[in-house]
Amino acid sequence: MKKMIFVVAALLLGAMVVGAVDNAHPFGFPGKTPMDDFFLADALPNRSTENIVTAIVFDYRGFDTIGEAAVLFTALCAISVLFREGGRKR
Amino acid sequence: MIGNAPFFVVGLLFLGGLTAIFIEKNLIKIAIAIGIISSAVNLFLVALGYRAGGTAPIHFLAGERTVMVLPTPQAMTLTAIVISLATTAFLLSLIMLVYRHYGTLDVDEIRRLRG
Amino acid sequence: MNPLSVVVRTGCDLFAWFMVVFGVSVLVHGYMTPGGGFQGGAIIATFTAFLLVAYGGRKLLGWANEKIFDLFEEVGLLAFFFLAFMGFPVTFFYNYLVKPLAAGGVVPPAGTTALMSIAVGLEVSGALSMVILTMYRGIRMFETAPMEEEIGHDR
Repeated sequence: MKKMIFVVAALLLGAMVVGAVDNAHPFGFPGKTPMDDFFLADALPNRSTENIVTAIVFDYRGFDTIGEAAVLFTALCAISVLFREGGRKR
Repeated sequence: MIGNAPFFVVGLLFLGGLTAIFIEKNLIKIAIAIGIISSAVNLFLVALGYRAGGTAPIHFLAGERTVMVLPTPQAMTLTAIVISLATTAFLLSLIMLVYRHYGTLDVDEIRRLRG
Repeated sequence: MNPLSVVVRTGCDLFAWFMVVFGVSVLVHGYMTPGGGFQGGAIIATFTAFLLVAYGGRKLLGWANEKIFDLFEEVGLLAFFFLAFMGFPVTFFYNYLVKPLAAGGVVPPAGTTALMSIAVGLEVSGALSMVILTMYRGIRMFETAPMEEEIGHDR
């Protein structure tokens, strides 16, 4: 009985998500993109990089990459703490 | 509606993962469903940046074509994938500790036993 | 974990180090071809997973040195921050090594983009390998202690 209510609620939420996502913009025709036009025109003459995605990740938006490297390091520290051997409980 | 097929697929994947979180009883299957929801959101990000008739945003492979797809959503998806990997590793470690403490992986049993 | 059969072990002997070479190639050519730091680091980390599946856990923990992966991760993160702070008179993340495309040399014309790619690749490969080894060691730790005597987390 409870399962039926959950399934109906999930279907309703899924239908709302599909309706909202479908209205973003027609697939293949984004509107005006001033920032991406600047990145595409500026990467090869000024930065000498042929891979524009790498130029964005490490040069134009490098501050986000610092945050991501910090998240990886923090996750490794957290897993190390969970599996530490301690004393035995009496 | 048929022209927007990738967005429709995103909605279906999200719906499948959400239904699995509500119904399943095993903790590992709930973790798998969270991974499916992450995949749906990453696909939505990449599909937002497509330009009709465009090619990959790399000058080495493009040749003579001049229309390229938008590169910024692809860069943000890289960051999102790495962060969700760190979260999944931590989630699975916590599930291992729960199994060690309670002896079972069933959600109903864990709610009833108290430490 | 028990080691798998002779067929899997022979395949592992042939392919394991070539996977590392392929991962390094994807990492180093990050400024020209699709790839870069994160993708190459993930390919190098599958080396540890491959050895763990094919040869069993006990042999891997006796052979692999955990301190090397720890060193990779810390050196990578420190090199990344060092490169970010070096352009400080202009701004925080300035690319001070960039050259026009025709000039050659040891440092690629892309400048700090290529060097930061290598540093991030070192960090990601070290971190993922350490996660695999730590989680495997945790399974062994749970099996050697009986159920009633729980291992406490404080000393």
